[in-house]
Amino acid sequence: MRSPSRTKTTSRTLASNARGYWLYLVPSSILFLGVIAVPFLMNLGASFTRWSGVGTPRWIGLENYARLLRDERFWASFQHNAGLIVAMAVVPAAIGLVLAATLFHLKGRTAVVLRALYYLPQVLPVAVAGVVWGWMLHPSYGAVNQILGLDVDWLGDPDLALATVMAVMVWFQLGYPVVVFMAGLQRVDPALHEAAQIDGASWWRRFWHITVPQIRPEIFVVLLTCTIAALKVFGPIFVLTRGGPGDATMVPSYFSYLNFFQKSNVGYGSAIATVLALVIVAVTFLFLRVQERAT
Amino acid sequence: MTRHAVRIALAVLAIVMVFPFVIVALNAVKSPQDYGAHGPLSLPEGLYLQGIVDFWNRVDFGEKLWNSFVISGSVAVLAVVLSVLNAYALGIGRVRGRVWILALFLLANTLPQEALAYPLYYLAKAAGLYDTRLAMIIVFTAIQAAFGTYLLSAVLGQFPREILEAASMDGAGRLRTLATIVVPVSRPTLSVLLIFFFIWTWNEFFLPLIFLISNDTQTAPVALGVLQGEKFMDATASSASALLGLLPAVVFFLLFQRTLTRGITVGAIK
Repeated sequence: MRSPSRTKTTSRTLASNARGYWLYLVPSSILFLGVIAVPFLMNLGASFTRWSGVGTPRWIGLENYARLLRDERFWASFQHNAGLIVAMAVVPAAIGLVLAATLFHLKGRTAVVLRALYYLPQVLPVAVAGVVWGWMLHPSYGAVNQILGLDVDWLGDPDLALATVMAVMVWFQLGYPVVVFMAGLQRVDPALHEAAQIDGASWWRRFWHITVPQIRPEIFVVLLTCTIAALKVFGPIFVLTRGGPGDATMVPSYFSYLNFFQKSNVGYGSAIATVLALVIVAVTFLFLRVQERAT
Repeated sequence: MTRHAVRIALAVLAIVMVFPFVIVALNAVKSPQDYGAHGPLSLPEGLYLQGIVDFWNRVDFGEKLWNSFVISGSVAVLAVVLSVLNAYALGIGRVRGRVWILALFLLANTLPQEALAYPLYYLAKAAGLYDTRLAMIIVFTAIQAAFGTYLLSAVLGQFPREILEAASMDGAGRLRTLATIVVPVSRPTLSVLLIFFFIWTWNEFFLPLIFLISNDTQTAPVALGVLQGEKFMDATASSASALLGLLPAVVFFLLFQRTLTRGITVGAIK
């Protein structure tokens, strides 16, 4: 047994020792300054200039941002992002909830195996997922047309391209909510379900009134992380469509990449990237606020 | 009756999810003649590995795998080390202003790489690091460590105080306490972080696409991504390339399945 007074002194020595701990932050601080803080500020600075990447940037104030507001490609790219949020966050979360609730009642090995199978696409590099589907969707030799007995150019038809990319992303994302929700469900007291069942509540009512409220934190996390991922999406667009046909699948990330590295409009690209960063930070902040209020 | 219907629906969905993996594997081992005659849906007539071998040699895929491995492995180790150092100061040392420092790390983690890409490209060129694996190791160490610090600080904040006090009474210095007590005790969390950092870095595409432009620095996903639409990418070569992209991911999945699901559920991450 330790005497109370002794605990007090040791706490005090620990506290007085606390001063030197900042030394451990030094290596990361230098790295962060060089890799994140300075580049971010440089990007912000470049967004106020006209610059091709070589020579001296010319200060033009807010002109790039004014141009953004008028640029139809820019607005279209954010609209496509909204579609991708549906495909990467909303739909997978909704299907994932039903799947997790269903799998959870299938005790034993079947549930574990099914969960693993649903999760499998998630381990792929997203670019490789694009390679796989680019091949499956190929208009002349792809497997999808063969199975459906169709002759559709899934990624080459401007009316279908975005919907096709969205479908691929649902396939890619689905496993993540399933795994997170199933873990969350382990917290739910089984007695609640049993009691509701005895009262004659239908599966749907139990799902809606017991399961969903209990794993609300997980639903928040999934929606937040998947929404951010959808806003940042680049790999699948690069591999599947390069933003095309026309601008049918253009997204902000790819749009900024085009301006940086193909059109040498570094200033304009930086403005797009800055807006994207602001949107993502705002979305994160909003989600955290809503979550705080809900709990 | 409904139980059966539900089971069948779940099984059908599982088949849909796995179908691309299976059909890619089947077609990667099909000869071009076989493919031409029977299309993508038939079973292969024999085991034809020439397509994979040709593709492998053509893009020197072994080298791409090695590049991916060197970059991801170095990033995983370095980012875990930095995360531990930061979390030690923030979670256990409780340095002043730690809430703000943590908020900065979280912010760094949410920033899109697009908003860093051009300056990083510019700086790397100026420093002579453009098109080197080292540049990618430095950049991704910072990005992954931002997340690791955030997660690990919360974990170390719960570290049992009695153990630390006992160590300090035994006269252990700070560094010794970290190395001989904190790290061994938090090993399960650290191994989860290590594996996640490795796989996340392996899967990265945007920055490696920009930074690694020559054949001998490219990572596997970048090499496969930029080859799409090349002339020699016929049906057989495409399925071979898809298979070569799938295989490492499936291997990681099988190797780390336990840790992965544990990690996702612990941190509810990515």
